[in-house]
Amino acid sequence: MTGAERSAPAGPDGRVVGRRRFLGYVLAAPILVAAAELGTAPRAAAGIPSPEPTALLDLNDVMTAAALPTSGLITVEVHADGTVSFALPRAEVGQGITTSTAVLIAEELDVPLERIRVSLADARPELLFNQLTGASNTTVSTYHPIRVAAAVARGRLLRAAAIELGAAVTDLTLKAGVVTDLVGRSIGIGALAEKAASMTTQQVSVELKPREKFTVIGAPHGRVDALAAVTGRKKFAMDLDVPDARPTMVCRPPTINGKVGSVANADEVRGMPGVTDVAVIATGVAVRAQTFGQCIDAVRALRVDWRPGTAEGQSDESVLAQLKAAEPPLGLPPLTPYVEEKFTFHFRGNSALEPNCAVADVRSDRAEIWASLKSPIVAKETIAATLGLPPQAVTVHVTEGGGSFGRKLFFDAALEAAEASQKMGKPVKLMWHRADDCRQGRAHPMATSRVRIDYLGGTVLGYKQRHTSVATDLSHGLGEVFTALAAKLPVGDIGFSETFFQLSQSTPYEFGVSTRLLNETNKGFNTGSMRNVYSPDVTCARELMVDRLAATMGKDPRRFRHDFLHEDRSRAVLDKVAEAGDWGRAMPAGTAQGIAFHSEYHSVSAALVEIDCRPETVNRPIRDGVAGPRVTKAVFAVDVGLAVNPRGLEAQMMGCVMDGIAQALTSSLHLRDGYFLEASWDNYFYTRQWNSPPDLRIIVMPTTTGEPGGAGELGVAASMAAVACAYGRATGTMPTTFPINHGTLSFTPKPTVPPVPQSPTDGLNHAY
Amino acid sequence: MPEHTFRLNGEQVTVDVADDVRLLWVLRDVLGVTGPKYGCGINVCKACTSHLNGRAVNPCAIPVKNLKPSDEVTTIEGLAATVGADLHPMQQAWLDEDVAQCGYCQPGQIMAAVALVRKIAEENREITDTDLDTIRNVCRCGTYFRIREAIKAGAEKM
Repeated sequence: MTGAERSAPAGPDGRVVGRRRFLGYVLAAPILVAAAELGTAPRAAAGIPSPEPTALLDLNDVMTAAALPTSGLITVEVHADGTVSFALPRAEVGQGITTSTAVLIAEELDVPLERIRVSLADARPELLFNQLTGASNTTVSTYHPIRVAAAVARGRLLRAAAIELGAAVTDLTLKAGVVTDLVGRSIGIGALAEKAASMTTQQVSVELKPREKFTVIGAPHGRVDALAAVTGRKKFAMDLDVPDARPTMVCRPPTINGKVGSVANADEVRGMPGVTDVAVIATGVAVRAQTFGQCIDAVRALRVDWRPGTAEGQSDESVLAQLKAAEPPLGLPPLTPYVEEKFTFHFRGNSALEPNCAVADVRSDRAEIWASLKSPIVAKETIAATLGLPPQAVTVHVTEGGGSFGRKLFFDAALEAAEASQKMGKPVKLMWHRADDCRQGRAHPMATSRVRIDYLGGTVLGYKQRHTSVATDLSHGLGEVFTALAAKLPVGDIGFSETFFQLSQSTPYEFGVSTRLLNETNKGFNTGSMRNVYSPDVTCARELMVDRLAATMGKDPRRFRHDFLHEDRSRAVLDKVAEAGDWGRAMPAGTAQGIAFHSEYHSVSAALVEIDCRPETVNRPIRDGVAGPRVTKAVFAVDVGLAVNPRGLEAQMMGCVMDGIAQALTSSLHLRDGYFLEASWDNYFYTRQWNSPPDLRIIVMPTTTGEPGGAGELGVAASMAAVACAYGRATGTMPTTFPINHGTLSFTPKPTVPPVPQSPTDGLNHAY
Repeated sequence: MPEHTFRLNGEQVTVDVADDVRLLWVLRDVLGVTGPKYGCGINVCKACTSHLNGRAVNPCAIPVKNLKPSDEVTTIEGLAATVGADLHPMQQAWLDEDVAQCGYCQPGQIMAAVALVRKIAEENREITDTDLDTIRNVCRCGTYFRIREAIKAGAEKM
């Protein structure tokens, strides 16, 4: 068990002297503004030999380390009305970080959760790497700095109260936003907001609350924006009322990344009802109108001569051939027994329900952008360069996002909106039609994964995985992080993608000599990091082979995993789902259980699912959708070290289960003649109610490491793998191509010219 | 331009817009009512689900000319008022179950849920898993399980 080392955070009793002391600031301001200068990453367990780079330093450590020098610029402000505000330099896209951030502040400051206002910070270039939302890193990298800022504020409030009440600080308690002295006199933090302010910026040393005193962190909380969401008051980018920002859409090419040659009827379209402007931009022909409905009409009416794109003539088959040619060798077969298989993972769309969209108001000397952006600094710099403006003349507001799944790491719509606004000389509210989002939007790249495991008797001697993928675009800022830290990485002189791959992937089993390599080919597609990036495919392939190896050795899949997993935490989640899911229970023919494990982001997870593959289930009629095998039950156990908000974590894991089901069974893009056939939700089969498990249980494990690990994407890999394993066991045939229904086209493709479908007119006939 | 009049969340409204503009854009782009969301524009994702005379409809597929002056359109913004409360029981159930994640689809999910529960109540039966399977609203965050739980809880109080 060489990989069993554990980092050493504050001990289980939480009393390690000096470990919780941090430096923060009180800033010169009319009200109390506290700032954190630095956090710590106490678990970088360097120096312990291990064959796994991820045990030394994983992707989260790189991002956390990159963020450290600038974390001090985040501030907690206390206002006269007793509220506390914090501008989070991250994107909230549904993952619940505004809530978990409020939890951190409420805990450290002893102010009720409902009085914490967390907004999303505008792009702040001075934050350098510390404004990238990705890789499930938000809580990992902000856990200490946010608490330090709150603790500084707490200390200042107590000092100010001591003066007001004429009491010693040690005789005061701050609870629920009120400071009380020994004789019961009290003063609210609102009344202290100005008194606790500082005329000069000062450095302050604070101690963080020990874990055993937590009452807010670790307790379940509903989302802070839940009421706004259920009343329709939550504002997304397209809901903002920016003066004169009119609906704008883009007429796009019939093939991926095609370019405008010429437009035959721009003047005619400009004269259509409601249309105000038509302008050629880099990606197509933008039209601005009074309503989006009139934009759709105008897009459909445009007659454009298109130039070829970047994937001209390509299809699933041609890309598969390219991948095959790029596959690195597995080496000579070993002399010992081995199992070996190749798996294929088709293109998948990472569209959120909110399509790519942005508001832009570009003037001659300045620009203002509103969009949900996970890399707002890169967006700001790129938009400024495109517009020919200095970066400081471009203000980028980060709005609440309607989902991301990796899509909002990019700013495709914001860049288009800026260009369209500049060319039209008017503010625009630019939105991609769903068909655009499917066909020209980012996709998870097609990949193959080859796995070979050699063994002798009951011992596994070696594990090799060779992942070959269409290139994943990581140009949204992660690259800069890696550039900055590349010299510190224990992975040698390799490219960004391979670095990312090595840092995010590990083999959690005692499998002897383990190697995993990534090779990429073909940059002609609009790709991006989809939720959990490489892990769902890599893990699915691995877990299926673990099942095959277990069968070859005559072992039960759960027992085999239990015996070979490295860590106690790992075995604990596996055992938990096996117990809660009644692993091994008798099931009818055509149905089966599957079990799988995945660790990443300093977190561990296991999934157990039951699937029904009987013909009467698979072939049940669904209008404009896909039925297929039904996952009837899922049990998912997760250990993130410390769950800041277990309720939010449960929600994230539920969503991950739905993603895993979709990726294993139903959702993919079909490439033909240089374009994706899918153009809407009746073509792209993300999990729907009829695919979702009616019995779903998420188990949040008790605190283990005491430090929050990553969570937002964690659950996709084990879920997808468990569904695949269950399918293999139910049907008796291990699936090797994903999703399993990719070979059947379950819809009639929509035309590519015009590029968007007209809205129906028969809505009244479908009332219920 | 032609004038169209209908009732919206309890008030008579009149808009000056072309006949064939779909109700979704009349609500969002002309009237500034942004609860109903765009997700597809072809009546498949259901993010814009609202009520017309108490029945679930999708405004992206209804030309504004199809509305009569007496037609009552209820969006998520007007749902609570239909029961004379700050929140409709289904909205409260959504809060109790902490259903929403990003929240983009949730106005449509809630409006669909209320209509489904009403329809089943009219059929004098209890809601079943099979009924819940018929809901077509896409949730890309995958909140489906909590939606099911919230509908069962909300139905009890409707």
